[in-house]
Amino acid sequence: MNKNKDVDSIVVRIAGDSGDGIQLMGSQFAVSTALSGSDFATFPDYPAEIRAPVGTTFGVSAYQINLGGGPITTAGDAPDVLVAFNPAALKVSLPMLRKGALVIINNDSFTRRNLTKAGYLDDPRDDDRLVDFQVVAADISRLNLEAVKEFGLSKSEGGRCKNFWALGVLMWMFDRDLAPIEDWVRQRMAAHPTLRDANITALHAGHAYGETAELAAALPQIELPAAQLEPGEYRSITGAEALALGIAAAGELADRQVMFCSYPITPASPLLHRLTRLGELGVGTFQAEDEIAAICAAIGASYGGMIGVTSSSGPGIALKTEAMGLAVNAELPLVIVNWQRGGPSTGLPTKTEQSDLYQAVYGRNADTPIPVVSASTSGECFDMAIEAVRIALRHMTPVILLADGYLSNAAEPWRIPDMSSFAPIETNAVRTSDDDPQRTAFTRDADSYGRPWISPGQPELMHRIGGLEKDVASGHISYDPANHQEMTELRAAKVESVAGFLPPQQLECGPDKGSLVVVGWGSTYGPIYQAVRSTGTSFIHLRYLSPLPGNLGELLSGFDKILVPEMNAGQLCTLLRDKLGVHPISYSKVSGQPFLISELIGKIESLKDEPS
Amino acid sequence: MSQKLTAKDFATSQEVRWCPGCGDYAILKSVTQALADVGARPESTAFVSGIGCAARFPYYIESYGFHTIHGRAPAIATGLKLANPELDVWVVTGDGDGLSIGSNHLMHALRRNVGLKILLFNNEIYGLTKGQYSPTSRVGTTSPSSPRGSVDTPVSPGHFALGAGAKFFARGIDIDKVGMSDVLQQAHAFHGTSLVEIFQNCIVYNEDVFGSFTERKNAANTQLHLKHGEPMLFGEGNDKGIRFNPGTWSLEVVDATESPDDVLVHDEGNAVVARMLIDLHMPVALGVIYRQPAVSYEDAFYSHHPSRMQRTKSITDFITGPSSWTVD
Ligand SMILES: Cc1ncc(C[n+]2csc(CCOP(=O)(O)OP(=O)(O)O)c2C)c(N)n1
Ligand code: SF4
Ligand SMILES: [Mg+2]
Repeated sequence: MNKNKDVDSIVVRIAGDSGDGIQLMGSQFAVSTALSGSDFATFPDYPAEIRAPVGTTFGVSAYQINLGGGPITTAGDAPDVLVAFNPAALKVSLPMLRKGALVIINNDSFTRRNLTKAGYLDDPRDDDRLVDFQVVAADISRLNLEAVKEFGLSKSEGGRCKNFWALGVLMWMFDRDLAPIEDWVRQRMAAHPTLRDANITALHAGHAYGETAELAAALPQIELPAAQLEPGEYRSITGAEALALGIAAAGELADRQVMFCSYPITPASPLLHRLTRLGELGVGTFQAEDEIAAICAAIGASYGGMIGVTSSSGPGIALKTEAMGLAVNAELPLVIVNWQRGGPSTGLPTKTEQSDLYQAVYGRNADTPIPVVSASTSGECFDMAIEAVRIALRHMTPVILLADGYLSNAAEPWRIPDMSSFAPIETNAVRTSDDDPQRTAFTRDADSYGRPWISPGQPELMHRIGGLEKDVASGHISYDPANHQEMTELRAAKVESVAGFLPPQQLECGPDKGSLVVVGWGSTYGPIYQAVRSTGTSFIHLRYLSPLPGNLGELLSGFDKILVPEMNAGQLCTLLRDKLGVHPISYSKVSGQPFLISELIGKIESLKDEPS
Repeated sequence: MSQKLTAKDFATSQEVRWCPGCGDYAILKSVTQALADVGARPESTAFVSGIGCAARFPYYIESYGFHTIHGRAPAIATGLKLANPELDVWVVTGDGDGLSIGSNHLMHALRRNVGLKILLFNNEIYGLTKGQYSPTSRVGTTSPSSPRGSVDTPVSPGHFALGAGAKFFARGIDIDKVGMSDVLQQAHAFHGTSLVEIFQNCIVYNEDVFGSFTERKNAANTQLHLKHGEPMLFGEGNDKGIRFNPGTWSLEVVDATESPDDVLVHDEGNAVVARMLIDLHMPVALGVIYRQPAVSYEDAFYSHHPSRMQRTKSITDFITGPSSWTVD
């Protein structure tokens, strides 16, 4: 694979059947990568079916990881190393590989039957389809079964250890310590001692294979430079983990409990699963009967004085829409997390997209503005969860936090923040001592328009809230025409007021004037960052989408052209045109796959060449 | 603070906006009276409602109130109860709100046994939207949306509730002060979801739909007021009773003076008899039809939670995750 010294990062792709334990193998390799001090980014890419038909190309589950000195912000365009457990995995992955890549294949799986299932008429090992690559064909299934023979497992049980066997090979290639993985297996499989020991044995056997087998001559050992990360304590984190911790941290910063109410949906469920583990941080989780009940229960919890949070992906968010309007009208805090996925309808449940921006900003009946923020990286899900709660409590409003399927599962090294660097989250105090508690409940802060958060149980402050229009001052029901005009304007002004509390938008890199600026939002941060760095282009990445940062228009005015790459058909372009009157160039990708760095570089260069 | 409150203390200054003669007025009176009778405190009482004529209720009660969206009150009330189990949370819903658009949430509140007192105002019509037939309307109900009579089979609130796993189901009549007082107090005392179906007269769109058994002058012969442990007697001077007919597997009326031993004794815990009582047409069974104490959802939720929702650790204890490393 012609690994030369200048290359300071390497892309590894592991692919096989969805039943082969690919995701587990990948995530364990990522943990080991983290502990080795490399920078990295991962991309778990798995089929929608839990057990897709064995051996088929659409049943291929893959885990890609880019590791090295960094800064690494994407899982990499083209793999340098591929581990393919079957012909289908090879077939799907071959077109992505870098020329000269190392391809480790499981020889035993290349049977006539599997080749046919993968759609291969002839065995690709026999002709020139693999000449561009360095192929190591190992009898992974057989060697693994031999290694675990002593445990007396059935053939299928024993066969399931082969991901650990292959992991052992990778561990040898990257000169990694096996102990952390062994510890993990011991913990995870404590209840099944035989399986536990068999997996550990397979891991060691794979490692030993790298060291001793005659074929090993073909296996390179790879040394990577240490990551150039800022000093500090690091851990590996996925977006779902970071968002869960962020929500819990926000509860602590606000000194309130958190009630998370949700209904399972891909790719939102990992957040629910994570939060169930954070009970001791004053976090409760409620699995509701549907998405409507989930947001409603969250609203009820907010009414009761806890921080109500709900989460879903596009289809479920659509169901929550009516209740969002209720929270707007009742002026209750709430956080709605949307893990976007490919649509419309059920669409591509396991593939990523950023196509719910219109839904978040514009997608409700009536004039119902809601602040919208988004997370750019897995680690940033932590910060943006805190931001979302901060806005919700300050302005007494629901807030939409956009994340996506890629962020939910992708792992990266994350510098563990110092919690004392976060300001406490404030709520509005009860200000007036009006005789009418209804009026007291709707006396708003002059800057944020936030009202005091008064929950049942507080003496002398009984009042009523609801979805009916209310008088701007007294908070009583009002059908007065002028009042509705005023309240509509107030609701808009409230969301606009969020901008006044935001830090000014910064350039991520590049000069603040020039011919071209790239503007991004959400998880496209990683590939855009690499592309602009290698082309020396200016880059603005948005975390606050509604309202937009107050200085954004001025920043953009320094550039002749604005390029907006996004994983939708041009939604941020529309938003920027609408709010700022600018005319960005849209670069849209809706294949369910993140942008490749090379695609973005190509686009940027073509725009730079073009006279403006 | 702890002086005894009266029904008046639970009334608000809001102008009540139901049609004159609407059954909702009588229910409001019974509820404020019951709140006073059970010693409720306005600050720890919350009324949550959906949308409909019935759902305007929270505006008229001096307590915390949340007038939400159509059908979703049980879900919102569930969140509220979880956030603060100390509260007395009442849900006011209609036959459309609770059994059409919101039937899913009602079903799940009932099966979970969340500590909510749910008052289902059944007028067998959509009042607020001007009189369309509802899921409890009888077949043949003529209405603006069913000029030739409705064809859908109605849902029975009682069967719905028991089928969903309800642990408390009772019935009352809007204008029956005594019966309502009893039922509301029992519902209040129950630990879990208590569902009370209230036969409510919509004078405008479905007048006297329950007239066959709600009229006061014939009440003795048409209403069976159930009391746990007491024989199921009704009629002038309790001359009639209810017995079980093993031949038809149903309940029937018997002359209580002739065969007093045949008369069933009400056992609230018997779900089989409860189902037969729900189906009894004349007389109509009222009072607590079924009650089966069980652990409430909020109790289960809190006792299952590792720290009963308290923050016993800090985020810094969790933030490093399973393993971390240092970069110098
Ligand atoms: C989402 C939604 N759909 C429809 C309506 C219109 N709507 C309001 S109340 C109602 C029916 C109310 O019937 P019921 O619950 O029986 O209450 P009643 O007015 O009879 O007391 C309907 C259909 C609404 N407000 N919201
Ligand atoms: S329409 Fe019927 S239910 Fe509604 S207020 Fe009038 S009488 Fe009562
Ligand atoms: Mg009705």
